[in-house]
Amino acid sequence: MGYTRLAFVLACLLLAQRPLPGLAQAQPQPVPPSFAAAPEDGQWTIPQKNFASTRYSDLSEINTDTVKNLQVAFTFSTGVNKGQESAPLVVGTTMYVLSPYPNILYALDLSLPGAPMKWQYNPKPAAAAQGVACCDVVNRGPTFANGKVFFTTLDAHVVAVNADTGEEVWKTKLGDINRGETMTMAPLVVKDKVIVGISGGEYGVRGWIQALDTSSGQSAWKAYNTGPDQDVKIGPAFRPFYDSDKGKDLGISTWPADAWQQGGGTVWGWLSYDPDLNLLYHGTGNPGPWNPNQRPGDNKWTAGIFARDPDTGEARWFYQTAPHDIHDWDTINEMILLDMEWDGKPRKVLVHPGRTGFVYVIDRTTGEVLSAKPFHALTASTGFDMKTARMQVNPDKEPVNNRVIRDICPTAPGAKDWNPSAFSHKTGLLYIPHMNMCMDWESVEPNYIAGTPYVGAEVRMYPGPGGHMGEFSAWDIREGKELWTINERFPLWSGALATAGDVVFYGTMDGWFKAVHARSGEVLWQFKVDSGIIGQPTTYRGPDGKQYVAILSGVGGWAGAIVSGDLDPRDGTAAKGFVNAMRELKNVTTKGGTLYVFKLP
Amino acid sequence: MCSSFLKWGAVAALLVAAGGAQGRALRVCADPNNMPLSNEAGEGLENKLVELIAQELNAEVRYTWWAQRRGFLRNTLKADICDLVPGLPANLEGVRTTAPYYRTSYVFVTRFDGPEVSSFNDPVLRQVKVGVHLIGDDGSNTPPAHALARRGIIDNVRGYMIYGDYNQPNPPARILDALADGEIDVAIVWGALGGYFAQHGKVPLKVVPVRPAFDGPQLPMVFDISMAVRKEDEALRQEIDAVLSRRRADVDAILSSYGMPRLDGGLKQAGRAP
Repeated sequence: MGYTRLAFVLACLLLAQRPLPGLAQAQPQPVPPSFAAAPEDGQWTIPQKNFASTRYSDLSEINTDTVKNLQVAFTFSTGVNKGQESAPLVVGTTMYVLSPYPNILYALDLSLPGAPMKWQYNPKPAAAAQGVACCDVVNRGPTFANGKVFFTTLDAHVVAVNADTGEEVWKTKLGDINRGETMTMAPLVVKDKVIVGISGGEYGVRGWIQALDTSSGQSAWKAYNTGPDQDVKIGPAFRPFYDSDKGKDLGISTWPADAWQQGGGTVWGWLSYDPDLNLLYHGTGNPGPWNPNQRPGDNKWTAGIFARDPDTGEARWFYQTAPHDIHDWDTINEMILLDMEWDGKPRKVLVHPGRTGFVYVIDRTTGEVLSAKPFHALTASTGFDMKTARMQVNPDKEPVNNRVIRDICPTAPGAKDWNPSAFSHKTGLLYIPHMNMCMDWESVEPNYIAGTPYVGAEVRMYPGPGGHMGEFSAWDIREGKELWTINERFPLWSGALATAGDVVFYGTMDGWFKAVHARSGEVLWQFKVDSGIIGQPTTYRGPDGKQYVAILSGVGGWAGAIVSGDLDPRDGTAAKGFVNAMRELKNVTTKGGTLYVFKLP
Repeated sequence: MCSSFLKWGAVAALLVAAGGAQGRALRVCADPNNMPLSNEAGEGLENKLVELIAQELNAEVRYTWWAQRRGFLRNTLKADICDLVPGLPANLEGVRTTAPYYRTSYVFVTRFDGPEVSSFNDPVLRQVKVGVHLIGDDGSNTPPAHALARRGIIDNVRGYMIYGDYNQPNPPARILDALADGEIDVAIVWGALGGYFAQHGKVPLKVVPVRPAFDGPQLPMVFDISMAVRKEDEALRQEIDAVLSRRRADVDAILSSYGMPRLDGGLKQAGRAP
């Protein structure tokens, strides 16, 4: 194991040293599907940019030559100093910015100097929701469709707001914070439905995904991710690729007795949609709240990827990245839809950089895994069996009671968490913001909750091989390897943005907004903002015809909770062990909540 | 917002003191909905103990009500919105705890006509329906949940979230309703909860401390319970310690009146229901 890891590290170092990678390979790189390759309209209307979730813009005024001249065009305070994970959207001449709890939506008028506020809409979520949210009070963004802006609130409502006037069109309550149900994800609108899911697996919430009618807010369908086939919307049209996903009511039989009723499998991450196949793709969260040895079995349908018919919710296929998850490895990360040739045949694929530490390339028509390649130092698994498409779990690194286990890589938030990668339509490469961390796991910490003492796991995370905690990597999807990587001191908790100017953007938790060369990884420009960055960069063409780049600063989230939640740096096990690794963050940044927009002079 | 509120509170306290009122406030953080330990009506055993302490310190109790969930200590005691939190495990990290004032353990609770259970090794635990509390913090649950899993007692086990539905009174007590209703045959709960609801539940219940008391070196079923102050608040800790010691008999009487199963030779063993 030690040798394998060393080899991996060496390989990464060698790759990192390599100058310009030879992109002129025999095999063509993957390309975006036609539905994501429409002519650039200069807007950024949904966080994913397009249904394929490539987060790529064809704008190129800001390019490898000009980017060094970027300067601040305007700024705007969200008024909330908590973790800002949201993506600024641009529709026509209006920018939409959504704050963390209390989830205030701001509209800024880009046609006027300084982009003044047009209106703000405050859904006034219940304050008690803050005490229920697991990992800071974040929100991952609004989405726009058909003249309305849709978003979720921490107290589990979905809101539709008139994009012109800021008036509430409808507001639908989908969960109860008293039962631990919250919402943090960005919705996706497919045809006349807005699709959302629930958070709160650690409170025993039984996960679901739901479609609401965009004009009325009424529920059109709801599918659970545990329990009987009928609830999961598994019927005759369900054709999973692997045998382990075939059979009746696996959402019951892969759990002991009634454990599925509190089985987790929540939906709080990214959705993608293929209009040609008419398939919606979503991940499911980790199983909970049972300890792993109290829930023997695969624990369907947690920690996997569903393809569903967006009109009815009916499941079409499922693939489980972490059967019987023991590490908290939700499968909620981004699903990037691409077309590529594989073994001489054209394939429609779904690319998913997982918390498990593997980048999965999956045939999105059938659910067949074409490749799974590691992008993070791995000790928790020893490899991947292509026949069963199962990761080979290392039994020596399983967190179990009464045992101290050291050097588990990756950690509970995984090789990467929610923050999305970007795919350049131009270079054909995937740009992955991720982590480089390991952890020790000891089950000795006396704890209590609601007056009930118990012995909790004492988890301490620390930097992985090389001593840094974050990496920004250019990934060759076909070869399944890194072409270059930039090491960062702190974990990367921001999303990525790719552009036709061959410039890729991301931000760091110590507050640097960076533009790097899409082919070499050379840092071409960087700007120090007022707080750490955990948001999603976007770009657009302003009413003046110029290209702009936008990012929210404001550190927080699970990784940054030490700052946004005022955690005690002496308590290394706070934020589920993340604080141990993040002590220094308090010395380099403070809370914030500011929109920065950049342009060329 | 929080800090300005605090400043305002401090100013108000000064004004009260300057006005010649008695002035001393005992600022306590507690769960408003968690009987038998505490509730907003002041009916819990911790409410009674706090009253007793305040009386001795010649202080007035001021509660900040806060659900005991993740972040409770961070948002309350450590955020300096109160100075005392009753009812935490002795020697809990990150706070300063008093000498323990009672010791109890997890208990087997059964209906009066239900099975006799006294040990995790009892074969009957494989045959009847067993309920446990779940916490779900990184796969950490109550010690009994782990003890059952270690023995492969899985399929006949039902889970009840310790958080429960906070709209309902005393969410952790749902498991005892399930026992009374016959949904389960054995509930394994923390002694404070079992002892109290055995007396106040819908049907008569039996309460027996679990054995073994330590299920392996890292899985204790028995905990000493203390009150907690901030780490730097040594003076207050000493005051509380002195009161708990001086009023030992009253403390024991309060615990006894709540049916607390004592494992530290308290005045009265309340291990069995009438």
